[in-house]
Amino acid sequence: MAATTIAIPPAEMPLAHELRGRVGMWCLIAAESAIFSIFVVAYLYYSGKSLSGPTPREVLHVPIFNSICLFSSSFTIVMAERAIARGKTRLFGIWWLFTIALGTIFILGTAREWYHLIYDEGLTISSSLFGTTFYSLVGLHAFHVIVGLTGLSIIMIFTALGVVKQEHSPRIEVFAMYWHFVDAVWVVVLTVVYFIAR
Amino acid sequence: MSNAESVLKPMVVSPAQEAAKPLFDQVHAWIVTVDHKKLGLMYIGYGILFLVIGGIEATIMRIQLAIPNNHFVSPQTFNQLFTMHGTTMVFLVGMPLLFGFANYFVPLMIGARDMAFPRLNAFSFWMSALGGIILYFSFIGASGLYGAGSAPDVGWFAYAPLTAQAFSPGHSTDYWIIGLLVSGIGSIGTSLNIVTTALCMRCPGMTLGRMPLFVWLNLVMSAMVLIVISPLTAAQIMLLIDRYLGGHFFDTQAGGSAVIWMHFFWIFGHPEVYVLIIPGFAFVSEIIPVFSRKPIFGYAIMVAATLSIGFLSLGVWAHHMFTIGMTSYANAFFTASTMAVGVPTGIKIFNWLGTMWGGKIRFTIPMMFCIAFLFQFLIAGLTGIMLAASPFDWQLGSSYFVVAHFHYVLIGGLVFTIFAALYYWYPKVTGRMWNETLGKWHFWLFLIGFHLTFDFMHIPGVLGMPRRIYTYEAGRGWEIWNLIISLGVIFQIVGILFWVVNSVWSYFKGKPAGNDPWDAWTLEWATTSPPPDYNFAKIPMVRSRRPLWDLKHPEDPDWKYE
Amino acid sequence: MRGYLAIAALCTGAAKLVFATSAAGPDIPSIFSPASTPADSIYRLSLFVLAICGAIFLVVFSLLVYSVVKFRRRPSDDGREPPQIYGSNQMELAWTVIPVLIVVVLFLATARVIHAVEDARFPPGTTEITAVGHQFWWEFQYPEQGFITANEVHVPVSDAKHPTPTHITLLSADTDHSFWVPKLAGKTDLIPNRTNSMWIDPHETGVYVGQCAQYCGTQHAKMLLRVIVESREDFDRWIAGQRQPVQHVDSVARGRQVFETTACVNCHTVSGTNAGGKFGPDLTHLMSRETIAAGAALNTRENLKLWVKDPDTIKPGSLMPAMQLDEHDLDAVTDYLLSLH
Repeated sequence: MAATTIAIPPAEMPLAHELRGRVGMWCLIAAESAIFSIFVVAYLYYSGKSLSGPTPREVLHVPIFNSICLFSSSFTIVMAERAIARGKTRLFGIWWLFTIALGTIFILGTAREWYHLIYDEGLTISSSLFGTTFYSLVGLHAFHVIVGLTGLSIIMIFTALGVVKQEHSPRIEVFAMYWHFVDAVWVVVLTVVYFIAR
Repeated sequence: MSNAESVLKPMVVSPAQEAAKPLFDQVHAWIVTVDHKKLGLMYIGYGILFLVIGGIEATIMRIQLAIPNNHFVSPQTFNQLFTMHGTTMVFLVGMPLLFGFANYFVPLMIGARDMAFPRLNAFSFWMSALGGIILYFSFIGASGLYGAGSAPDVGWFAYAPLTAQAFSPGHSTDYWIIGLLVSGIGSIGTSLNIVTTALCMRCPGMTLGRMPLFVWLNLVMSAMVLIVISPLTAAQIMLLIDRYLGGHFFDTQAGGSAVIWMHFFWIFGHPEVYVLIIPGFAFVSEIIPVFSRKPIFGYAIMVAATLSIGFLSLGVWAHHMFTIGMTSYANAFFTASTMAVGVPTGIKIFNWLGTMWGGKIRFTIPMMFCIAFLFQFLIAGLTGIMLAASPFDWQLGSSYFVVAHFHYVLIGGLVFTIFAALYYWYPKVTGRMWNETLGKWHFWLFLIGFHLTFDFMHIPGVLGMPRRIYTYEAGRGWEIWNLIISLGVIFQIVGILFWVVNSVWSYFKGKPAGNDPWDAWTLEWATTSPPPDYNFAKIPMVRSRRPLWDLKHPEDPDWKYE
Repeated sequence: MRGYLAIAALCTGAAKLVFATSAAGPDIPSIFSPASTPADSIYRLSLFVLAICGAIFLVVFSLLVYSVVKFRRRPSDDGREPPQIYGSNQMELAWTVIPVLIVVVLFLATARVIHAVEDARFPPGTTEITAVGHQFWWEFQYPEQGFITANEVHVPVSDAKHPTPTHITLLSADTDHSFWVPKLAGKTDLIPNRTNSMWIDPHETGVYVGQCAQYCGTQHAKMLLRVIVESREDFDRWIAGQRQPVQHVDSVARGRQVFETTACVNCHTVSGTNAGGKFGPDLTHLMSRETIAAGAALNTRENLKLWVKDPDTIKPGSLMPAMQLDEHDLDAVTDYLLSLH
């Protein structure tokens, strides 16, 4: 009987190899979501339990402009993905640059907010439970944004060097999944910190 | 077997040529490898090394506890020993050994050439290795509580606020945190790899319903790891923030909660033990059918039961917290959920029983380890049901009964299945058969030692002996039992020595094994022993759960019945 | 497989031995010798659970032994593969439904006991005690009677017909601890920033031993417990004695002076003097206790002297420093301590 070549019954073929990147990225997103969930739970558990210090109601103002920037960056990255899928590398580069800019504005805005909270309001990571949980949760998110910006910048450099081509489009999509995840986390953090647990 | 062999082409480099290369080149090849088989073996070797180290830690503890008011080691040293022993066995022995087997055999069993992300695979291994090195560096590098030495001494579950700077000054706790954070990155990477490989890299014809149970169970285990290690990572980051940035997550003086550490830890910790045992189930689910000469009984139910266990295990964690003063409703809920998770576990035992039933059982060494596993896991599961009844746990929790229970599951369950796997796949990995007599000595000595130690360990718990004590009062009725428990260790050590000798001797002098010494049915037996770097010359195509059965029994193939 | 039967016999024998020993020796804190209602409720539940688990064990054990013996390959085997059975939905249903039913039964029995113990109501006349866990000793406050003692707690015996239970509020001054006296109740943890609660109603007088059951640091092992259950008269007499301030004895004035001018007063309280420290145990009635250092040593002159000289010789890692006293002062302080009845 011929080796292992058996007639394949008309059942489905397994998932194609090309899906590896996406499946892998979903796994990473699952793990990261679990980490964020624990910080969110801690935040909610401790809301209202601080023994001293300013309260969220007193010092937190909804970062509307920052959030719009970050959410818009999801839009710009989608436009970039479409551009590279159609082979339009220059257009891709422009949208990609916009994404980096919007993400950077978000981080700078966060830094400004923290400066004000620390120096003007006296809220630090050690001043109270609110301080500890706030800076940890928002900081963890900001860290993920910075990691994303680093990746975006590396790809930007490759684009400027002319290395990025249409065939890299699936990899760009996988990376963009990470960026969308960072955005989605901000939806949750924004809601919990600035709306629910005031 | 010759049908399977015609799949192969001659290896590019013969073993003789391989062995003739300079030693430096050979070692270098291992260090830079991204081959799943080499990485798998390195994981296993790493796990065995730490098994020995963890075993030495246990032996020293048992010498100290053999008689009351002993002075073999100081309390400070003893507290470090039980912390390091527990942390080592879970993170540096269990996880690496299981990832090692998954790494080696998942691609082979699905007819793939390697894992989905070979470089990530290598990175994850080295991160895991680094984590262990960091943890053990604490013995020489850290400074701890005055007079307490250096290695972490807060217990493997590191309850707050004992881990706060106030109660654990110095850096010993930090080594625990960072060693595990680093090792955790490796675990996430490997799990990501296993999930992606199992979902995306199967050979043509291998639908999810035709994947070997080994692959299914490792898939479930890896998916669990992704979700379950993260709570520990998060809690450890919070602890670092407390210790170094003045945070108050677990700072009870500032309104923080000691209980929330327990919740976060056990949300990781309980599913973690299922993460550890499910690959053990995977081994048994491959080995028992082969040596009963029957397919696994109830394949679909086994998959469903595993998925249930994975899912339910996420909802039982507070049974580790029955004594902290939760409301009666919370205690009742976790009693119910913990008992519930016993149901799919019991179903699996019945399915293994059903596999053996009506078969023709061959008592090879791997099969003997599997049969011992079945008896022992039954007992372990039942003591678990006892502990699930929360009032019973109010007496037995944090006592030697619990220590007996979890060692029963982890050694009587997991370690026995690991030995079964080591014997079963040794011929595939090395191309040699091991020595039957040495194997029997290993099995019987280890069995006797295990039972001497861990059967009798239930008794001091019932008589009121708590855990994590470096010594105990005479006159409480605990002396004789502790002595017997300690004596059992000797048998276990000698048994393991037999295994070490067997493994080394057989590597050089064992009979050549051939591709398929067991007349088995999954794809790893269709290639040479050891497999070539590329695994298969031609990617196989399969039509049932037992492709080699179909080849060997063309008149009665499995796909007619599935 | 004869090996397994031998081991099973050994275990059964061991279990019998356990029951025998637990009925014997008063100092063996066996959970199967309950002397108080919570421990008793748990004991009854445990018998029920053990019975069910035992039955499951016997059934499955027998099936495993049978299958391994009956279906082994015989030497005369013809080498053909046995019938390849893939599964059976009826069997799967059976061995799912029956365990589920067993779980339901076990759960209901358990829920009843959880409720009975945790949600119990206390009659008037309940003795109130607050236990505060420290690294590595127990503080016991009697708020209604107005005094504080350490490590050995006295409670009145409780008559089943007219129960006079003792309710214990559990707090912690530092890390997690756990109060476990097996014959009297299950254990309950003492957790900082959290108030826990437990109760006991011992039916017989006597001394019940236990110890801390949650790892709390270096000397967790020697944070022992003694619960002295007394008749109502003896208990009242003990209370009266504890409420007295210390009687000053002239012959130990020197020792008292050493005590009050050295750092002792920073950690210890002797009521009626200027010693008001809270870090260590209250010493006002030290000599009414049978042991020192939370049970680590008997309360004798030699041990007291050794303890004050260098606590690490008795309990290495305890938080009391060696006081660096010369021999003369050491003797004087020891005499003073011996006067604290």
